[in-house]
Amino acid sequence: MKTENAAWIFVGPALILIGVFFFGPVLAAFAMSLTDFDLYALADLGNMRFVGLGNYLQLLQTPLFWQALGNTVYFVLLGVPLSIAASLGAALLVNSKLARFKSLHRTAMFAPVVTTLVAVAMIWRYLLHTRYGLVNYALVSLGISPVDWLGDPHWSMPAIIIFAVWKNFGYNMIIFIAALQSVPEDLYEAADIDGASVWQQFRFVTLSMLGPTVLMVSILTMAGYFQLFAEPYVMTQGGPVQSTVSVLYFMYEEGFKWWNLGTASAVAFVLFVLMFAITLLQLHVARRWGQA
Amino acid sequence: MVACVGGCKHSAPDVTTLKFWAMGREGEVVAELLPEFERAHPGIKVVVQQLPWTAAHEKLLTAFAGNATPDLCQLGNTWIPEFVALNALQPLDTLASSSAAIDRTDYFEGIWDTNIVNGRLYGIPWYVDTRLLFYRRDLLKQAGFAGPPKTWDEWSRMHAGIKTLVGDERYSVLLPLNEFEPLLALALQHDEPLLREGGRWGNFRSASFRRTLAYYRDTFRKKWAPPMTNSQISNVWSEFARGYFSFYISGPWNIGEFKRRLPADQQSIWMTAPLPGPDGPGASIAGGASLVVFRASRHQPEAMKLIEYLSTPAVQERFHALTGNLPPRRATWRHENIDRDVYAKAFREQLERARATPKVPEWERIATEMRLVAERVIHGDIDIDQAVEELDARTDRILEKRRWMLDHGTVK
Repeated sequence: MKTENAAWIFVGPALILIGVFFFGPVLAAFAMSLTDFDLYALADLGNMRFVGLGNYLQLLQTPLFWQALGNTVYFVLLGVPLSIAASLGAALLVNSKLARFKSLHRTAMFAPVVTTLVAVAMIWRYLLHTRYGLVNYALVSLGISPVDWLGDPHWSMPAIIIFAVWKNFGYNMIIFIAALQSVPEDLYEAADIDGASVWQQFRFVTLSMLGPTVLMVSILTMAGYFQLFAEPYVMTQGGPVQSTVSVLYFMYEEGFKWWNLGTASAVAFVLFVLMFAITLLQLHVARRWGQA
Repeated sequence: MVACVGGCKHSAPDVTTLKFWAMGREGEVVAELLPEFERAHPGIKVVVQQLPWTAAHEKLLTAFAGNATPDLCQLGNTWIPEFVALNALQPLDTLASSSAAIDRTDYFEGIWDTNIVNGRLYGIPWYVDTRLLFYRRDLLKQAGFAGPPKTWDEWSRMHAGIKTLVGDERYSVLLPLNEFEPLLALALQHDEPLLREGGRWGNFRSASFRRTLAYYRDTFRKKWAPPMTNSQISNVWSEFARGYFSFYISGPWNIGEFKRRLPADQQSIWMTAPLPGPDGPGASIAGGASLVVFRASRHQPEAMKLIEYLSTPAVQERFHALTGNLPPRRATWRHENIDRDVYAKAFREQLERARATPKVPEWERIATEMRLVAERVIHGDIDIDQAVEELDARTDRILEKRRWMLDHGTVK
């Protein structure tokens, strides 16, 4: 009994903090998502109406919400694998025995992660400029016709994905490097003796040993990529023709631009449920994969 | 950041401290106008707090929610209906009718009107902003036209002429797809309102708006305007200097920008002109900022004194010299410094034809939807009929709460 009390005393402060700063606001936001809290309600709470699940039903009928969801899923489906592949590739290169100036390369590739997103987004806007951008200059010199990166609704999201992958791959690269360094050298020697090719070594030694890391990295990256916001906010303002509006961008506009806080809270909960479900699915798949 | 004006002395108990919030550049320079006011009113000390424009709206709403609004504030005049809906502003009808310094007939009608919501006056115009044409005189001349257009048809002929002159790679006019103002200015030129029944429903299916949208769409369809946003252009001034486009719809702040950013030998090639209208000189948006007094202020008489001081033509002239902002009173415009500015002349003329946008708190959102739907028309996703129906449907949905408020008598 006494030890139990002591335990409560130890976890108490943390529980209180989590309660006040996490569960409290989350419950309040959920309550808000059941109302039409807006500017008029800010003037006088009497102007607030309880709408039950109305906000959620309304959302399901809002084409822009579906478009935002589609855009976000597109970004995640393409962006996460690309990002992980880029991170892993970079980690393998930096970690290779043949590589020279390892720390220089590591720093250079990590640099985009620590630069200010808004500043580099501005630079990328220049790089992607239709007529004067370096990217199109390179394309044209390769004989490919220039692409209207940020003005063509078909290319705007790919442009954002390229930018996001470039900005983020360094972070996961560091995690992969750490994981690669913990792969015992004798496994490769044994594989060598068994006559495994370089590809087979990568497939059956490196990847197997990196399994848990890949899982963790993919969950974290996915959670981060679902919250796409700053890239379109700076580079395209959601355009052209709303092709880069993400769920979070949609929520921001509803909540802080138009002050429909009820709708915005509902969007937040839908996004939360969605991400929670996908993470559960990922963990489930990983467990099955681990057992096999 | 709180700027202490007049050197932060110990305030005597009989000194009233006024909290005055001002945005952007105005917030920086208004302090220079205040010592004279404080000398004339020894009992009043003014503390200016500067807000960046990007954060101003949120800051004001938060201040309202937290009961921490200032005594007076500079407020974009399109925000006034919103703050009236919040019941945050003090009506100024008495001030306007009794003050010797404020002569309402001297103000431009359309600008003054933006401050009136449901028959009551809530702000005194401080400076004005409207949109009109910036154009390339040389290219227009080369295309065979003596002066800027007066009507839409004339403008179309000029577009066609310039397009032939500059070729496939360049255009006649820049109407940035990320701005609703150009389309809105053209839409305001008609007498049919954009909302109907006291701002309860959208009225975009009116014949006038259809005509406007079709005109706007054709400008893109005939390749007279590039389907681009400002961020794709990167630098409108250098593109204008290169002749990438010859017409640009913009506001008074660009007079200074064009003077500063265009090379000296190109200063003679540009000019401003009032907007052409469907059948003759057209109207434009009545924009700008007003001075408002908050209902919660306990120093309303003093705040109103400061507004009177800032509204006198002599002070407005100095304010214009400091900021380049255009004054809302005709008397101030007669001052030689403003009168001499050839680029401001078109604004003077346009201001006589400036019109207020619909005065509902939801207007900015509706205008944004208008821009988004128009963008889809330009990309060829939908036609005019579908666009106006979609726009009315979205507008009606946005105004649903307002209708409920009006029916339940809780909105003023």
